[in-house]
Amino acid sequence: MPQTSHRQDWMGLLARAKPARLAELFPDLPDHHLLRAPEVGAVMVQGRIGGDGAAFNLGEMTVTRCSLALPTGQVGHGHVQGRDKAHALRAAALDALLQSPAADDLRRRILGPLCAEEAARRHTRAARAAATRVEFFTLVRGEDQ
Amino acid sequence: MYVAVKGGERAIDNAHAWLASERRGDTALAELSIAQIREQLTLAVNRVMAEGSLYDPDLAALAIKQARGDLIEAIFLIRAYRTTLPRLGASVPVDTAKMAVVRRISATFKDLPGGQVLGPTFDYTHRLLDFKLAAECAPETPATAPPDPAAVPHVTDFLNRDGLIEVNPQSAAPPSDLTRAPMELPASRALRLQALTRGDEGFILSMAYSTQRGYGRTHAFVGELRIGLVAVEMEIPELGFAVQIGEVELTECDSVNQFKGSKTEPPQFTRGYGLVFGQTERKSIAMSLVDRSLRWAELGEENTGAPAQDEEFVLMHADNIQATGFLEHIKLPHYVDFQAELELVRKLRAEAYAQQEAAE
Repeated sequence: MPQTSHRQDWMGLLARAKPARLAELFPDLPDHHLLRAPEVGAVMVQGRIGGDGAAFNLGEMTVTRCSLALPTGQVGHGHVQGRDKAHALRAAALDALLQSPAADDLRRRILGPLCAEEAARRHTRAARAAATRVEFFTLVRGEDQ
Repeated sequence: MYVAVKGGERAIDNAHAWLASERRGDTALAELSIAQIREQLTLAVNRVMAEGSLYDPDLAALAIKQARGDLIEAIFLIRAYRTTLPRLGASVPVDTAKMAVVRRISATFKDLPGGQVLGPTFDYTHRLLDFKLAAECAPETPATAPPDPAAVPHVTDFLNRDGLIEVNPQSAAPPSDLTRAPMELPASRALRLQALTRGDEGFILSMAYSTQRGYGRTHAFVGELRIGLVAVEMEIPELGFAVQIGEVELTECDSVNQFKGSKTEPPQFTRGYGLVFGQTERKSIAMSLVDRSLRWAELGEENTGAPAQDEEFVLMHADNIQATGFLEHIKLPHYVDFQAELELVRKLRAEAYAQQEAAE
């Protein structure tokens, strides 16, 4: 299960979260002022030649970004896949709040469930894949007997 | 004489209104939702994302609905939309060795760490129409087995250990981007891969097939084919570190070819590479064959004049939006051009008759 104690980890978790689920867990935004209003754009995804060689441009993905500050001074950033501005706003607000004294409570109420649900989704896919893993067996041929 | 013509507005408006009605089809039937297209026509959505060169399943599903299922038209809509988006930056190159694989097969090694995982494949189906699908039916719940938490290394890493396969080229330079600067030939391998991954699946497939049939020699094995989700990370300037901004599903193919060796290189296996958005297996395999075929000069191989060895031929004709734009423009009014040709043909005919008469 991914960690949620480091800023990189919670930002990644919030970016990967389903927007509707995040809205359910975190419906009301705290007081804030926007440093950068939610903006939809594209990020060029890069791959590597042969998987581990020099980089090349694979294609873009849609990303929405947002930055805001809380009245108490913490600054939060959200960069989330897709075009959901509310998602980016929530991710930025939580990024700011997770740097505040409210962090422990939010970690328990929001990051915990998101983390567990993501782990369950991943496990389901991995378990289905594992069931399609080929078990080879060697047939005894007539002339070998 | 140039004559400007106007007109047709009413005809165009009426044609578009009729198009909207035809798109909807029989209103006695339920309308398709974007979510239904995304979830149930997933491979069409994947193709539109790959060739539209923009990963966004909802947008691709919308484009398919708007285009009435014409995938090249849908790709056109996505390409047009992506030009309206500001570029927020480039990702850290994705690490496909860390892919959460749902499918992973090798035609070169039977037993390998991580195993052969078939995933949700059409392979081994009998390609018989399944009439059960004509009625609504709930599929069985897929079987599960305890997953192996160990990493799934790339198959070619095993060959690399013995130096039997070439090492991939390394470079820290930012790759050139054909969406920012017009493609220049000869193209770097990075630029070729960008053009191939967004190229038309049918074209790339035919080019790859031609190399298998002898037009440019490849005898490729699928060293490894893997499909799964890969995390995308981006450096955030305000933070000074990289964070995950999402996940994309990718299909990767590393094909392995024989190589006799050259003055500088010992005999070893060489590779072709395919990496494509979504579950796009045919395209990814084809891409790896065409990538390998285009490397003939670098590897000191003979140029047999085959189309798949001709970089200009492949790269300048792979894009179905460029191709369809130029092809379909000839149906638009060319009245003045044609008038000029008509005049010319009449003049030539008159001259030919005059000469004939003079000779008689």
